[in-house]
Amino acid sequence: MEQKTNINALEGKQDLTITREFDLPVELVYKAYTEAEFIAQWMGTNVLKLENRNHGSYEFETSYDGNVMFKANGTIHKLIPNQEMVRTFEMENTPIGVQLEFLNFEKVTEDKSKLTIQIIYKSEKHRAAQLKLPFAYGLNMAHNKLEEVLSIQQ
Amino acid sequence: MKLRRDVFQAIADPTRRTIITLVAASAMTPSAIAENFDYSRQTISKHIQILTECELLEQEQKGREIYYQLNPKGMKQIADFIEPFRKMWDERFNNLETIMKKHQSKLK
Repeated sequence: MEQKTNINALEGKQDLTITREFDLPVELVYKAYTEAEFIAQWMGTNVLKLENRNHGSYEFETSYDGNVMFKANGTIHKLIPNQEMVRTFEMENTPIGVQLEFLNFEKVTEDKSKLTIQIIYKSEKHRAAQLKLPFAYGLNMAHNKLEEVLSIQQ
Repeated sequence: MKLRRDVFQAIADPTRRTIITLVAASAMTPSAIAENFDYSRQTISKHIQILTECELLEQEQKGREIYYQLNPKGMKQIADFIEPFRKMWDERFNNLETIMKKHQSKLK
């Protein structure tokens, strides 16, 4: 089966491209990115601030069990409704640094659309830090499971 | 305990990336690899050694010569590395799709 979400990260580069096809009209995908109510739902984060305009800024905060897990912020540089968004994104207190994102919203048919996100990092190392995050998380999960199994056996 | 080097540290170096690209085309002897660079043979040997330790390259003895070629196992490790990142986005976007479909049905 063809994958709906694809990542293209060429070796030695400091950018990557994420593409995804949605069974949704392009207007709704754009809405999911520009209305706080929907961002909060699909990203599972609190939206503290969101100024949807050229040179506007935003702030997200994700909590778990009452503790703030991570904070993110950025500036929206350019916004063309249902077509394009250029913004910066920074996950605070991580080695990933600020990233520049070019989001391209494309209509395929009346109910299908395509989203292309090009993300540029400060360096190849910063990109590697980003890629390692879910990888490390996955390893942690596996490690914790292993510990669980071992502690039961003891 | 044997210290294992990080695969990603290995490919962070431009010389080592060039070596991978060279060897990807066909298996090569260390001297044939070194001919492509202005560095000393010793420097290139060190890079080959690191790539081999990280299981990105493997040796093959052909007669008196040692040839280096890509190790598919190590290369797959790099591909697998992106997979958790892709999955994370895939799940997020599935979420987005479900939520916006619900919203769409309310609009109708």
